[in-house]
Amino acid sequence: MKIDIRNLHKDYNGSGVPALNGVNLTIEHGELVALLGPSGSGKTTLLRSIAGLESPTSGAILFDGQDALHQDVRDRNVGFVFQHYALFRHMTVLDNVGFGLSVRPRNRRPAASEIDRRARELLALVQLDGLEGRYPSQLSGGQRQRVALARALAIEPSVLLLDEPFGALDAKVRKDLRAWLRDLHDRTGHTTVFVTHDQEEALELADRVAIVNRGQIEQIAPPLALYRSPATPFVYEFLGSVNVLPVDVRDGKAFLDGCPVPLADAAQGTDAGAYRMYVRPHDLRLSEQRTPGSGALGVLQNVRLSGGLVRLDLKLDLIARPIEVELPVSDPRWSDWKKGDKLAIAADRFHLFPQAA
Amino acid sequence: MKSSLIAANRGALIAESALIRTVIVLVGVAFLALFLFMPLVLVFAQALSSGLGAYFAALIEPDAWAALKLTLLVAVISVPLNLIFGLAAAWAIAKFSFPGKSLLITLIDLPFSVSPVIAGLIYVLLFGSRGWLGPWLSAHNIEIVFAIPGIVLATIFVTLPFVARELIPLMEQQGTTDEEAARTLGAGGLKIFFRVTLPNVKWGLLYGVLLCNARAMGEFGAVSVVSGHIRGVTNTMPLHVEILYNEYNFAAAFAVASLLAILALLTLVLKTWLESQGAGNGSNKH
Repeated sequence: MKIDIRNLHKDYNGSGVPALNGVNLTIEHGELVALLGPSGSGKTTLLRSIAGLESPTSGAILFDGQDALHQDVRDRNVGFVFQHYALFRHMTVLDNVGFGLSVRPRNRRPAASEIDRRARELLALVQLDGLEGRYPSQLSGGQRQRVALARALAIEPSVLLLDEPFGALDAKVRKDLRAWLRDLHDRTGHTTVFVTHDQEEALELADRVAIVNRGQIEQIAPPLALYRSPATPFVYEFLGSVNVLPVDVRDGKAFLDGCPVPLADAAQGTDAGAYRMYVRPHDLRLSEQRTPGSGALGVLQNVRLSGGLVRLDLKLDLIARPIEVELPVSDPRWSDWKKGDKLAIAADRFHLFPQAA
Repeated sequence: MKSSLIAANRGALIAESALIRTVIVLVGVAFLALFLFMPLVLVFAQALSSGLGAYFAALIEPDAWAALKLTLLVAVISVPLNLIFGLAAAWAIAKFSFPGKSLLITLIDLPFSVSPVIAGLIYVLLFGSRGWLGPWLSAHNIEIVFAIPGIVLATIFVTLPFVARELIPLMEQQGTTDEEAARTLGAGGLKIFFRVTLPNVKWGLLYGVLLCNARAMGEFGAVSVVSGHIRGVTNTMPLHVEILYNEYNFAAAFAVASLLAILALLTLVLKTWLESQGAGNGSNKH
């Protein structure tokens, strides 16, 4: 099912800060979308609004073009998996999974034997057959997570919503479940939205990732595009590490510390003025000689080896914090460089944002 | 092996000498014996002092019998009402936020902080022949004070906090996600209440009802003010005990008192059992 969210606002009384501040988002049928953002960004409020557990102040939510905002939670037919699962502790695993079917109005409720059969089928799907008679307290965290998922799937939801689905699990289980959830999504084809604050999880699992910040969507894009071309300074800083360098643009050229930095074609038309240059550590190039156009000079402060990468800290005169450069270990030059060496800095890929923003 | 290690550790952790430990334990036991155990034994000893025959005669004597029936009637009316009120109040307070919530919590605690005698007097002032509503009530031939309705009202007032007080912290701690989960799965308000909320607080509710019942049957102060002490009509068991005692009829007084003591012991046994059930249920939390 396709979900359209239009200009969604939600005010929280008292705090003065809106939880949602004009969210626009379209989720295509069968898509797996992650809502990624820092805590307090409004991502969970957005997810709960889609489910109907929160009532937005204004805006629209459409399911397949039909207004869903004024529908009750019960009628939206969403499967919701809560962060701490919210399994019914006094019911067995089988009764938990069958709950959604057993509370249907009499005319739409399947026979008890049919509910039992469907619940067992779902437990087999989430690989928990044999645990039907257990109580939630007798299960591990990963098993509870899968019971919660089976329970949500039992009502044949048109959309599956997961709130921090792996937040309460340890690292090993989390990795296994991640792959398993992706696989399950590909098999069942539910439109799925999940909330996470873990960027690795979002980038690995989702078809598209929406970055949420201060109640707004900063950017929504496939993981690689998001990492390669972040649309805003926030996305740049939130995903991976980044250096921020002050540059001046004039005559279609950028100047860092008075030295010209070649601009990509797309940036040629940039208006003159002060900008901040966002550049990833692995997109910076270093060279020993200051040839014309090769860039500003930095003083090498530190060389660290980390996995397959060499991390170098360079101090530039015009900024207080040293900038970080990453080179592959296989680069032959770095072993000759010593603390205090002066190196020229150039950038391959970068993004300019106006200074004022 | 492991347990003996733990025992050895525990021995090392207790620094006091054997003598001091023995003395402290003896003082504790003596205190319990003097203030709790001896009075209880004494109740039964006095009750049976004139023999078993006299004991049962005192219990089936018409006035005692009437007092017993009245006590049960009062409990049968007031406990279910307080169960419903307590459950509704706890549910509203724990699961919703609304203006006046803290005022409601304070009001629920009022019967705990007000002396039962005052509670009784309030009803006399309100419903008594010279009270605010007295003329209207007597004009319509409605008897409240010095009659059964007054006793029931006073008992309801005094026992009002028990169920709600037991449930509010439990429900607050459980939060609302279970109910939200049930809603997303399509359950309506009543189904959520009976299939999710109520089972989650089952043991706490029974515990509150038990305490409420013990107090309803044992209440003296408030009931004493509104009852009028009419023998065989408006005397509950605690009031009947007092009357017999004031008449120097000790064997009969203690015989009736022994029933109240048995009720207390039963309550304690049930309470302990419920606590163990509740604890088992608590470990089911995730």
